[in-house]
Amino acid sequence: MIIYLTEIQDIHFFFRLESFKEIYGIIWVFAPILILILGITISVLAIVWLEREISAGIQQRIGPEYTGPFGVLQALADGTKLLFKENLIPSRGDIRLFSIGPSISVISIIISYSVIPFGYNFVLSDLNIGVFLWIAISSIAPIGLLMSGYGSNNKYSFLGGLRAAAQSISYEIPLTLCVLSISLLSNSLSTVDIVDAQSKYGFWGWNLWRQPMGFIVFLISSLAECERLPFDLPEAEEELVAGYQTEYSGIKFGLFYVASYLNLFISSLFVTVLYFGGSNISIPYIFVSDFFEINQTYGVFVTIIGIFITLAKTYLFLFLSIATRWTLPRLRIDQLLNLGWKFLLPISLGNLLLTTSSQLFSL
Amino acid sequence: MNSIEFPLLDQTTKNSVISTTLNDLSNWSRLSSLWPLLYGTSCCFIEFASLIGSRFDFDRYGLVPRSSPRQADLILTAGTVTMKMAPSLVRLYEQMPEPKYVIAMGACTITGGMFSTDSYSTVRGVDKLIPVDVYLPGCPPKPEAIIDAITKLRKKISREIYENQMSSQRENRCFTTNHKFHIGYSTHTGNYGQELFYQLPSTSEIPSDTFF
Repeated sequence: MIIYLTEIQDIHFFFRLESFKEIYGIIWVFAPILILILGITISVLAIVWLEREISAGIQQRIGPEYTGPFGVLQALADGTKLLFKENLIPSRGDIRLFSIGPSISVISIIISYSVIPFGYNFVLSDLNIGVFLWIAISSIAPIGLLMSGYGSNNKYSFLGGLRAAAQSISYEIPLTLCVLSISLLSNSLSTVDIVDAQSKYGFWGWNLWRQPMGFIVFLISSLAECERLPFDLPEAEEELVAGYQTEYSGIKFGLFYVASYLNLFISSLFVTVLYFGGSNISIPYIFVSDFFEINQTYGVFVTIIGIFITLAKTYLFLFLSIATRWTLPRLRIDQLLNLGWKFLLPISLGNLLLTTSSQLFSL
Repeated sequence: MNSIEFPLLDQTTKNSVISTTLNDLSNWSRLSSLWPLLYGTSCCFIEFASLIGSRFDFDRYGLVPRSSPRQADLILTAGTVTMKMAPSLVRLYEQMPEPKYVIAMGACTITGGMFSTDSYSTVRGVDKLIPVDVYLPGCPPKPEAIIDAITKLRKKISREIYENQMSSQRENRCFTTNHKFHIGYSTHTGNYGQELFYQLPSTSEIPSDTFF
């Protein structure tokens, strides 16, 4: 009888261990995703606040002041307010397209964050076609914008949706050719491999120096992808009221608001990853390891430094995008399409041919 | 400003920590993030537009001008509202999502101002068209006075109770109507048919499948 009781207790003990293992496994699968989404959300709140503050600085204003210290909670107040607002749907529009459009825009951008290496091998999923995944997914967002513009039953919204689709298609092709040049240099489409390829020679190994024309074309194309001034023809506040966002209120408008800043953030991250070395720092910090004898602490320190370096470079490009908005006037639609098809496309194609020939020559 | 004086006398709220906290969060977010509609009909808009500049800077209070009524929370009727403009003003107000607020800016929109005695086209008071939350006198009021009105509106919003807002969100609002057009044949006999006179369509005559 004593032996039987011991066996039953052992069975219960192992059963509890197995249950804990399953729960732990499930939590461990979702924890990085939730951490990434939380980081993205905080970054978007910071970017909205940065836009208000930088525009205030450029125009010699104060900007948000009373919502929290220095107005840092302004973006949170905006988001919460939009959450509580009434959700209006136009009566003669297409309700399904009207409702699905903002969701498609936001979801397609959030998926792109899974291939960003924030540190050395610190990436949610290291796909060997990571950059290609981003290009494919960023082609889906204009479908959401076109749905929104069409479903609003508003001629100005429809014009805004058409402009968004035309603009995104025009500038997607030079962007793709620039990325193709980068992948030729790095021999891979994986973002982790592209960052590793740039860290061989330190500062001078960045693709910025090996692809200067590609860098400029990529910067202009990503600005047009994000619909930032001087490329904000889909919104065009003085012409089309608010473009495809005209009929949107409440949380649906909040999704569009968030989607534009998410798109801006991920474009800046990709400029950092593709041309500025990612988490690579040009100053060697080997001396820091003398202060830490334990390798575990050193590993955590390296990861935090990598994340900090990546975000610092990214915020440089965010600053450029925000400052561009308040310094340049808007283009016309024919000027916009001319720039995309007649100038950026030949330059990026020539850049690709030059890269191909130099790769053949080096082999 | 009548509703600011006694906001709590006729309103009751539950003594619940959760609903009170949600109510405070909702009030804080709405008073911190008022997006005014870019709407101006007359000279008062010049004073309102100077708030956007660097000297007065209403961005400090979280105000971002929106061109679309769907995203606006606040409408300042800056300038004279004429009878020709009145239907457009009502339509803009109805297109804004709840909760929404109105500041009547200037003497013209409060009483008609200098046009209140002998003008054939001025609406004597915008509160005959849409409900007004804050009356801001002046001809035109200074930008500092507009900031003072916005501060009073923020105080009003901070004392609102959230459940009252929910009851007005369940209605379908359609504001177009079918006009009746009758063709009558008249000869020069001196007496005209009664069907040529305009008849107002009643609400029940509007078919409901026209809009859905």
